[in-house]
Amino acid sequence: MTDSPQRSLPPPDQAREWLETMTLIRRFEERAGEMYARAKIGGFLHLSIGEEATIVGSARALREEDYLISTYRSHGHALVRGTPPENVMAELFGRVDGCCHGRGGSMHIFDASRRFMGGYGIVGGNLPIAAGIALASDYSGRDEVTLCTFGDGASNQGTFGETLNLAALWRLPVVFMVTNNQFGMGTSLSRHSAVTDLRRKGESLGVPGMRCDGMDVLDTHAVVSAAVEQVRAERRPVLIEAITYRFRGHSMADPESYRSKDEVAAWRERDPVPSFGKVLLDAGVVDESSLAEIDAAAMARIDAAVTFAEGSPFPDAGSLYDDVYVLGESSRGWYSVETTEERSAGAEGEDPTHAANDEISQQLTSALAAGEDGGEPSGAAG
Amino acid sequence: MAEMRYREALGAALREELRRDERVVLMGEDIGVFGGAFKVTEGLLDEFGEKRVRDTPISENTIVGVGVGAAMTGLRPVVELMTINFALLAFDQIVNHAAHIHYMFGGQARVPLVVRMPQGAGHQLGPTHSHCLEAMFLQVPGLLVAVPSTPADAKGMLKTAIRDENPVIFIEHESLYGVRGEVPDGEDELVRFGVARIAREGSDVTIVGISRMAQTAERAAATLSAEHGIEAEVIDPRTLRPLDLDTILASVRRTNRCVIVEEGWPHGGVGANLAALIGEQAFDDLDAPVQRVTGADVPMPYSKPLEDIAYPHEPQVVAAALTTFGRSVPTGAAR
Repeated sequence: MTDSPQRSLPPPDQAREWLETMTLIRRFEERAGEMYARAKIGGFLHLSIGEEATIVGSARALREEDYLISTYRSHGHALVRGTPPENVMAELFGRVDGCCHGRGGSMHIFDASRRFMGGYGIVGGNLPIAAGIALASDYSGRDEVTLCTFGDGASNQGTFGETLNLAALWRLPVVFMVTNNQFGMGTSLSRHSAVTDLRRKGESLGVPGMRCDGMDVLDTHAVVSAAVEQVRAERRPVLIEAITYRFRGHSMADPESYRSKDEVAAWRERDPVPSFGKVLLDAGVVDESSLAEIDAAAMARIDAAVTFAEGSPFPDAGSLYDDVYVLGESSRGWYSVETTEERSAGAEGEDPTHAANDEISQQLTSALAAGEDGGEPSGAAG
Repeated sequence: MAEMRYREALGAALREELRRDERVVLMGEDIGVFGGAFKVTEGLLDEFGEKRVRDTPISENTIVGVGVGAAMTGLRPVVELMTINFALLAFDQIVNHAAHIHYMFGGQARVPLVVRMPQGAGHQLGPTHSHCLEAMFLQVPGLLVAVPSTPADAKGMLKTAIRDENPVIFIEHESLYGVRGEVPDGEDELVRFGVARIAREGSDVTIVGISRMAQTAERAAATLSAEHGIEAEVIDPRTLRPLDLDTILASVRRTNRCVIVEEGWPHGGVGANLAALIGEQAFDDLDAPVQRVTGADVPMPYSKPLEDIAYPHEPQVVAAALTTFGRSVPTGAAR
């Protein structure tokens, strides 16, 4: 698969936390699948089972102030950034305590306070947005990095070429990570991409490529960490290809006629969660009983998440028009024929969820006021 | 007050907002070194530098998307697209992302982004550079849609757009860039969204003109007065979202007649929407069916005589107004 070198383990607490988070994502996704089968969850449900090492290894390469932006397969990305599983599950249930108050659902998870910037349903739609986030960081002289993940299918979208070119031209601090799970929905890599060595797809656009073993959290973390620090220092984007595999269908509505059971079984031999558990066991970081404890704790947390989601009410019908617009001084209402000024005014109020966004603006304003208008300049000239 | 051209008024708005707010950043194809395809941004690169006035590759969807991401994280981007037809390449970022992010993420993110672009026929640019597509944007909840028709509105509304917390589709008109008009001085002279402009008062028939057609409607009103003794009230809504329906309905309730003039296509157009709203809310006040004057239901042709008859002119507006009085005059116009 990849000729990755033997990677050393992080400190025991950190290694254990990675395993805990991978296990939490696995158990969350399994339970979400069950809840979908029981019609507690509607729409489409895209699970990350098999991709936990890619998610945890890459996200743990980030600082808290760095941004992470993902796709419609993003429950794990929210969890790894610290969004409580209760709020993610409640979002899947369409409840008011969901992280997007039931507006987005599975494909549109978001947590501004933890700098998880979504959750996007359009393949390739998040790439330009990632470049814009990186532009704002750069513009205000902050050295944050944006990690933008997307699937192998997205590497065929126009936004892939457009955004990599622009990010290289403007020297934007973005780590693009293509999560190559071997399929764009039901079309295998070799049937959807003329170049299957995906890390090379950025070369003609000025974006150098790297590869990691996305089934191995240690390798993923090592490669992404190096990339993140390189991007932070050099202000130039890179493209990482994480080789992984999703064990479940594209979504729950997938008969999986495009691949064989043998193929899935072969990949399951390399299941990233038990594999990493065994690495930690062999290294003496955990013993059998603590492995069982980690799993039991994850199960208990997911039980609590389901209980929380079931207990959370559906959004009130009166909230239907909330947050279509931000209402303000210069534009106070009657934006659509169904929404009168009175109704809009009633829908406004100070919503605590705005706080995180305001905070970002305030940080930017203070950075600009302090004269940090570029340090290393934005690179528009370059 | 100073007299300036529509394009200069837009440039002045950008310059003042760039000076006022460090977070304002301009992006677009050829807006910097070239000075803008229609010279709206001329001189801004020299004054503000390449960090704030950014020439982009020809990548419309990505340019708008970069604006979305930057807006979500604290900047106030103003993206210029060279014509409204090119905005179709960016429809994914405009509709699926800019318009929906605030709602779909439960209010956690805002997209204070302006996307500016010109529209309109009259320059023989054929079927990919000449259309009026405001109705396509009008349909999308989450967007604000501005269609200024005078230099004063161009400036005051662009400043409002930049200061607003929502994504604004700011639609200029190619044939208006050279038009002169009085523009109020002062960097805080804003034109509030959702307030229609009564361009001409009158008591006999209400004529609603969209974008450049507000000016066509004014000329038609002068003809109606001079040649037919009809005093038309001309209303320019200025923004289609928010829509100042109250002002339009109040006028229709006085005049009992209404003509809507737009350059875009007839089916599902601005006029179709407005006629439905008037029918629903002021049916009993109408003495005649609402008349629409629209662009022809064709891709815009190149050849001058064909192009000329493919979008509305003053005689068709006069004829439509007369129709509401049961009078008719031959116009030879295509519909």
